[in-house]
Amino acid sequence: MPAEAKTEPIATRHGYGDALVDLGEAHEDVVALDADLAVSTQSMKFGRKFPERFFNVGTAEANMMSMACGLAATGKRPYCSTFAVFAAGRAYDQVRLGIAHNELPVRIGASHGGVSLGEDGASHQMIEDIALMRAMPNMQVIVPADYNQAYRATAESYDSDRPMYMRFGRPSTPIVYESIPETLGDGVDVLRHGKDITLIACGHMVWRALEAAESLEREDGVEAEVLNVAIVKPVDTETILESISKTGVAVTAEEHRVVGGLADAVRQVAAEEHPVPIFPVGMGDEFGISGTGEACMEHFGLTPRGIADRAREALVLKPIVSHPPLIGPEWT
Amino acid sequence: MEAAASLANVNMHLRPVPDPKPPPKAAQRDTVPSIAELERWATVLRIDCVRMLAVAKSGHLDSSLSAADIVAALYYRVLRHDPDEPEWAERDRFVLSKGHAAPIQYAALAQHGYFPLRDLMGLRQIGAHLQGHPDMNRTPGVEVSTGSLGQGLSMSLGIALALRLDGLDSTSQVFALLSDGDCQEGQTWEAAMASSHFGVGNLTAIVDYNHLQTDGTTEEVMDIADVRAKFEAFDWDAVEIDGHDMNQVIEALERSRTLDHPAAIVCQTRKGRGVSSMESRFGFHGKPPSAEQAEEALSELEATLERQTAALDATADDSPGGEG
Repeated sequence: MPAEAKTEPIATRHGYGDALVDLGEAHEDVVALDADLAVSTQSMKFGRKFPERFFNVGTAEANMMSMACGLAATGKRPYCSTFAVFAAGRAYDQVRLGIAHNELPVRIGASHGGVSLGEDGASHQMIEDIALMRAMPNMQVIVPADYNQAYRATAESYDSDRPMYMRFGRPSTPIVYESIPETLGDGVDVLRHGKDITLIACGHMVWRALEAAESLEREDGVEAEVLNVAIVKPVDTETILESISKTGVAVTAEEHRVVGGLADAVRQVAAEEHPVPIFPVGMGDEFGISGTGEACMEHFGLTPRGIADRAREALVLKPIVSHPPLIGPEWT
Repeated sequence: MEAAASLANVNMHLRPVPDPKPPPKAAQRDTVPSIAELERWATVLRIDCVRMLAVAKSGHLDSSLSAADIVAALYYRVLRHDPDEPEWAERDRFVLSKGHAAPIQYAALAQHGYFPLRDLMGLRQIGAHLQGHPDMNRTPGVEVSTGSLGQGLSMSLGIALALRLDGLDSTSQVFALLSDGDCQEGQTWEAAMASSHFGVGNLTAIVDYNHLQTDGTTEEVMDIADVRAKFEAFDWDAVEIDGHDMNQVIEALERSRTLDHPAAIVCQTRKGRGVSSMESRFGFHGKPPSAEQAEEALSELEATLERQTAALDATADDSPGGEG
């Protein structure tokens, strides 16, 4: 692969755009569609290189998704890019019937997921897409943690014969994976080992969870295990169960509603196979607001501090049967 | 007792259709079916629809009947397709955007041998492959699943573009059959705009304009008015014809293949066509016929079929081997 790993902060959508170009190079049947957001979603890189295989449909997302259905039914591998709010929201029915129901190899590259897109505000801040796409039969849901993983997720997506929803973000975010991972594997990576609590995060919340774990260690002497769930559906239960059965309590973190997304995916695994308390960090029953991306994340507590505080609460409530409750210095 | 009665009912509708000649296979067709033969095939398909719906006791009969002439024209003469090789790369594509008219497509597919005729009697029943709306992964000959109105033209555009990328756009035409309801969905006009923008020359949109929808006439519910002018405004080649005049249907369909422009054929039709008690009458949409209504409809259609067959036989006697 010609791709080079990034080391400086960069948005996950760039990983998508760069991998898409490389896929276009390697495979004749890759086509890309966008709905007048190609510069933002990064699909423009593909469009410039392969203009005959790139279809900008204008602001008509429904048409784009159904066109992708027709292209895939005729042997192509379409990549549809737009903002998450339009991909999962506006075009839901088109994705549902034409792509998911038909089990066609269409990839939806949904950029600008969550509130971190910032200034555009609630109309554009998609916080329920993971829930919608998890509920949709046949749909795989991928939420990469950084540029390098986003590159791999996109590159690897070509090999899947099934529909896929991939969520990327707008802002530059720190690198979590030092190199481009060889594979997403089962989709759950243990990024840090610990015995006291499991922090389970996806997307933009992964680097924040790692920072939270550091602060928990520094300030409370708590050893937190950190899991990155890049494949939210179908979720790999094994790694999650292994961790929560060891630590006995978990905090989930996602830039998304706490209903229907990562939190519920983890709670389902726990409830069915190893019941332990799961405390979610995410969006409550409310819409986003305008502000800089970072200010929006702060406003809704989607920060390392927010995760660490939730972990402290969780540790107090952690069942005595697993471990004695851990009381950090600030609690005494 | 009840079971026996319903079985008798089923058998009644399953009685043989008079003179079901095996259809010529398109790929090895030696003669082109004449207009009179196509009209007769349309009646055969209508009879199949009535029988299917009478047995299924569910489905959209009147919407299937208004499209019967168009579908017969396509499957028996216009489409390049091969039932022995449904995945033939160079075939024409047919997309039933008005997926609720599935029975008429199922009848045409079964009559061509895509699956056994007896499968028609499984329509909408659990475990059968004939779903309420067309399903590409269950039924051979269905190109894409449809049923949510407004999506079929976009899907057809995607197919047309894929064919162009494969260098097949001069051989393979994509035909999309749309309803009044499709034209009320905004997405259809997104697709109309995009089709001319991308300059596809292998796409034909056929509108089965039967003026009746679930809640009333289109004029009452939501007037789509001059559909031809609307397509023309999106820079399509658009014509308006009588969708029950086989000559006009064939001419318009064949002509659309020759254009290097997206082509719209607005077909003025009558819902429930072929069954006088149902024709252009409100209140049948999505309602299956009762046993009595089905019997009445079958009697009328079978009389039509006998008349058409007799006329064809007479012509054949006059000019053996003639094309008619």
